[in-house]
Order: sequence, then structure tokens, then C-alpha cells
Amino acid sequence: MGWTRKDLLSIRELDAAEIVLLVETAASLQEIAGREIKKVPALRGKTIVNLFYENSTRTRTSFEIAGKWLSADVVNFSAGGSSAAKGESFIDTARNIAAMSPDVVVVRHASAGAAEILARTLPCSIVNAGDGAHEHPTQALLDLLTIKEHKGHFEGLSVAIVGDITHSRVARSNIHGMRKLGMTVTVAGPPTLIPPFVQELGVKVAYRLEDAIRDVDVIMMLRLQQERMSSGLIPSLREYSRYWGLTLDKLRAEARPDVLIMHPGPVNRGVELSPEVADGPYSVILDQVAKGVAVRMGVLLLLAGARGEAA
Amino acid sequence: MSLLVRNGRVVDPANSLDAVQDVLIAGDRIERLGPNLTAPGATVLDATGKIVCPGFIDLHVHLREPGQEYKETVATGTRAAAAGGFTAVCCMANTHPVNDNRAVTDYIRAKAETQGVVRVYPIGAVTRNLGGEALAELAELAEAGCVAFSDDGKCVMNAALYRHAMEYTLPFGTPLISHAEDHALAQGGAMNEGVVSTELGLPGIPAAAEDVMVARDILLAELTGAHVHIAHVSTAGAVRLVRDAKARGVRVTAEVTPHHLLLTEEAVRSFDANTKMNPPLRSKRDAEAVLEALIDGTIDCIATDHAPHASSEKEGEFDHAAFGIVGLETAVGLLMDRLVKPGIVPLPTLVARLSRDPARLLGLPGGSLAPGAPADLTLLDPAARWTIEPARFQSRSRNTPFGGWTVTGKPWKTIVGGRVAWE
Repeated sequence: MGWTRKDLLSIRELDAAEIVLLVETAASLQEIAGREIKKVPALRGKTIVNLFYENSTRTRTSFEIAGKWLSADVVNFSAGGSSAAKGESFIDTARNIAAMSPDVVVVRHASAGAAEILARTLPCSIVNAGDGAHEHPTQALLDLLTIKEHKGHFEGLSVAIVGDITHSRVARSNIHGMRKLGMTVTVAGPPTLIPPFVQELGVKVAYRLEDAIRDVDVIMMLRLQQERMSSGLIPSLREYSRYWGLTLDKLRAEARPDVLIMHPGPVNRGVELSPEVADGPYSVILDQVAKGVAVRMGVLLLLAGARGEAA
Repeated sequence: MSLLVRNGRVVDPANSLDAVQDVLIAGDRIERLGPNLTAPGATVLDATGKIVCPGFIDLHVHLREPGQEYKETVATGTRAAAAGGFTAVCCMANTHPVNDNRAVTDYIRAKAETQGVVRVYPIGAVTRNLGGEALAELAELAEAGCVAFSDDGKCVMNAALYRHAMEYTLPFGTPLISHAEDHALAQGGAMNEGVVSTELGLPGIPAAAEDVMVARDILLAELTGAHVHIAHVSTAGAVRLVRDAKARGVRVTAEVTPHHLLLTEEAVRSFDANTKMNPPLRSKRDAEAVLEALIDGTIDCIATDHAPHASSEKEGEFDHAAFGIVGLETAVGLLMDRLVKPGIVPLPTLVARLSRDPARLLGLPGGSLAPGAPADLTLLDPAARWTIEPARFQSRSRNTPFGGWTVTGKPWKTIVGGRVAWE
């Protein structure tokens, strides 16, 4: 099957075959990173704008490298804070950028739905690089690619996603993707960080870390945002890390020996992950980052309509 | 100057009338009702096949003047009202400056006198500058013509102050209209809290943010003996509280908007900011509960919460967008099409909730076609099929989620004080 969408806005809107196509396309592009000359002409003459309304190092750099390895012209546009703060509205900024005829706009924004709003306003392809607490589809795709490479398959795997589920776009995209591919998902965290009715997305909920990580194939730890304490959702970092931080002891006591530890980054060492776990043998965190470039190359390639020219 | 409205189906719930009759208007008053009336010299309006009702009253409208004339003015807002079949509107106090003093009330009334095409009844602020900290000059506002008091858009969070407002206004017979929303529970929310907000990653406003304040306001009404009117009831919990309170004899009344009757949180999936309002679109269960309450009278009336905003305030990010939608020009068509046509709400019930009941609730003239009543009439064409086109609104604003909906039933003519204000 081929790719027919103009945009990549969410994992929720994709079917399993589309997700697999994206993951497989990314897998085939991984070897470019090992080449002496990391450049293929697939997107020569195409223009990609990275429209980042939220601070991001990893994701923006990843998209930039992906575009450049594909020979596209990549422009970074960083708007500090909200569009309102700048004076120009989000939509006006977007229309101005669209007037310069980019082929793809990659957008990161603190507001849920920002990518969808762009997609119905602009004629070019839109890639959602994270919109508020809604979705972060390329993160889920790189997580899936990482899981596939380490476990060989998706069907029947079990995953625990641990931490601040309520505010996590990574959790949402992964929940949709993993469920569509036949995986079992448990979300875990203090009840104040578990969104209401999350079970209706087809996941189980655990309120103890030990229960969540027992016998799963993958543990995905999420970053805890520091501001969650000021809003009264958790009492202290100390208490959070005591009950929800993943340490070697807890891992050895509860988890399977072949478990994968994942984290979308950036890691709060000593909060959700102890350094021994983050750097330990179970961790595939840096592998995730490497696969991020391949996934973004795949997405850009499929959206820019240059399939098959990569080799 | 006489006007004879001939041969229409006259639906006048205040007088238990639903029959094909003529209505004779003399000057600005209803003169007589009956079959085959004759009135030499009267202008004759053939209403065959049309529905003749007491003028519709919307007791929850934002006219935005003074201060936000780019959204709406008394002139455009009352034209929208007339075009939508309303002969009177009550305008909320959250203007700039706030309608918390007589000068602003006088200004609004003067504007309405010179530029309004329907009757305008100002609602005064409960607290100074809607600040929630000190009472506005309520007695003078009442004397100046404010028909109720509300900090609508905000909730008076200080229960003691709200209690004092209830007590202080008791002698005026002016109800307090509560925007029931616990600010802390609702803080930062952009839509109803539920499975849809969880999926969309939008911050949710729990139903409990409304319910706890409805409960508080009912208890304070019980304590003080004041009449409290709950604006835009949107939850099953609030319905239950109002129903129980009414059964106990508490002086509580309530309104519901067309959008809370007809839409649910599912509409937000589009991330279209025209589905963003406060209170937010709720769950299906809530929508069913408010509809049931409207039919059984637990909810007394329909009000639009007409809240005009410029396109720039609605086209961007959902969580940054302004709350509210316009409603004056869509309400009647939507309600006739979605509630009356399928037989869910009998036409006389709908007419009562739009005319008799809001008039009684605020003690306004109108709401009845009895001889001697003001000649405010809403004439409906039940067969007209039309598509809602925001570009054709009389309102200065276009923010509606109902654009493109095709409905059957439309305001035909709007008569205010014996004169045709819209056709």
C-alpha cells in the first residue's frame, strides 16, 4: 500500500498498515546514518520549514538533520512563547510562511490542535512535531521502530507507560499506535497525573510502579515537569521519585530480564530514572534518538511524495 | 395605527391558546384575538401557514457595547435579535467599562432607545468591575432599569459577598443570575473534562466546577429567600440540584442554551474554536439531562448566551481562543428543526420557554398575547428550509459552530411594539 495523506497530524488517525509503512520506511533509511557521505538526493529542491513555537533541541535538530540528509532546504523558524505574545497571530505567521511556498511545514506548538489548525489553513504538508498534550506522532513512530528492532515484532507485547500521562503527548501517540499494533498498554502514575476516562482508550491503569512494570516487555518512563508540584498535583519531587522513580533495585525485583527501558527525553536523572538505569544495559534511550532521524526522514519522504528515490 | 395579523396559528402558552386565529394590534398593544376579526383601516398581514407567538425574550445576551464595538453593538446586536425572532434581550454587564454604575446603564438604554430595534433590558454587575470583592451600587442600578444582576463570565467566588448581594437586592425583586463556575476547579480548562479532553490533550473543565457552585447558590438562596437564576445550565448534576431545590420550594430558576441542548463535547474534535464556550459542551448524558429538564420545566427557559467575538479571536489555537458563540440568529431555526420537527419538544412548550417563562422569571412585560399586552410578536414560518450562513448574519460577529447546517423553520417577521422590526 502507498501513502496518501497530505499531513501527519496524529497516530490516532492512522490505521495499522499506515503505521507499519512509516516504521518500515524509517527502518530502510537507517543505514544512511552509517554512510561516509550522509546525503541522498531524494528531496532535492524541496523546502522544509521547522516552525517551532516551543523550545525543543532534540526534535528540531532531528527534523533538521533528517531534511538535510535528504537534500531538502531546511529553514528553522523559532517563535518564542505563544503567538499572542509576539503580536502576530499563529494563523497569520503560518499564512506568511505558506506564502513562501514550502513543501512541508513541521510544527511544534504548546497548544493541542495547532497542527490540525495549520493543516486546514495551509496547502502544504504539515507534520505535527508535538502539539500541547495532544500528540507527538514521530516520537511514537521512533519508539515503535526501537521496539521492533529489539523485540522483532509488535503483536502481543506488553508496555508500561509510567509518569505524567495527563500532560503527555508522547503517551497519547504511543497508546494509539501500540493498541493499533496489537500491544497491551498499562499506564501508571499517581492518580492526579492519570487523565480521566483513560481506560476508554483501551489501556489498563496501575497506581503502583511495581504493579505496572511486572512482566512487561517495555517500560516507557516519562519526564516529570517540575511545575506539576506548584499546581498541587504531587507533593514533592522527593516523594515522586521515591514511589515512581525507576531504580535498579525495583527493576531487578519486578521486571523481566529482557525488559527495554525507554524515555522520550530529556531525562530528569534521579527523578523518574536513576542514573544506573538510564545508562544501564536495559536502556535504549540513545537508540531512540538515533532512530528519530530515520523516522523523520521516512515521514518527510512519504509526505513530500518522493517515495523510492532514496536509494 | 392598527395591524391585523390574519389566519395564523396562534400559540400563546400564557393563555393556553393554540388555534388558528386573528390578532388585532392597536398602537403598541394587543387589542383583541379571535376568529375572523375585522378592523376597518387596519393594515392586514396574512399569516396563513405561519405561527404567531408572543415575542421571544432572550435573557442572556452580550451586546458588547460600550467598549467592544468591534464585536457587536447595540445596533447590530438588536438587529441580530430581531432577525432571529427575538423582541427583547437582556444584556450582560461585562462591557468595558463594566455596567456596574448608573452612567453605563443610562448609556446602554440611550443607545437602545436611539439605535435598538428590539427592547433592551440591561443586567447590572453584582460586584464593582466584576472584581468579586465589593458590591456595585445595586439600588441605583435597579432604579436605572437593570432587571437583574450578574457578574456573568465570572462567578462571585466569595460566598459571603454573594449572600449579601442576595439580601441587599431582595427589596428590588431583581434576581441574581449566577454564572456557576468554581474558578479553581475550572482553571485553565478549554473544554469539558472527559474522554474527549483526554484524547485531545486539552485541559478539561469538570462538570463539578459547575455543580458545586449551583449547590452553593441554591443553599444561599434558601438562606436568604432570594431568587437566584442559574445561567446556562449544562450538566446533569446541576439539573438534579435545581430539580431538588425547586421541589423544596427554593426560589431558583434556570436557563439552557441551544448549543448545550444540541451539541456535545464530540464537536470539539475538530479543534474548531467555534465549539469553545463556557460552560463547555458537555457529554451526551448531560445534553440529554438538560433537554429532559427543559421539557419538564426544571429548566425554565432557553437563552442563547449570544457571545460575539471577532474572527481573530476564534481562528487560532483552541486553548487561546475566546469562549463563546453567537446565538441570536440561529436559535429558533435550530430548535424548531432539531427539537420540534422530530416531536421531541411540543411547539407550545418551546414557545413558552422562549416567551412566557423568561418574561415571568424577570417580571418583564410581554410573554403573552392577552389583550392589553405589549404588541411584541414573533411570527415563524415552520416550512421554510434554509441554510445557516454566518456571512449573512446581522450580528457583527460570525462565531458559530452551526454554519452550513440546513434547518426547517425560520423567523418570518418580528413585531416590536406594534411595528414590524424585521421581515
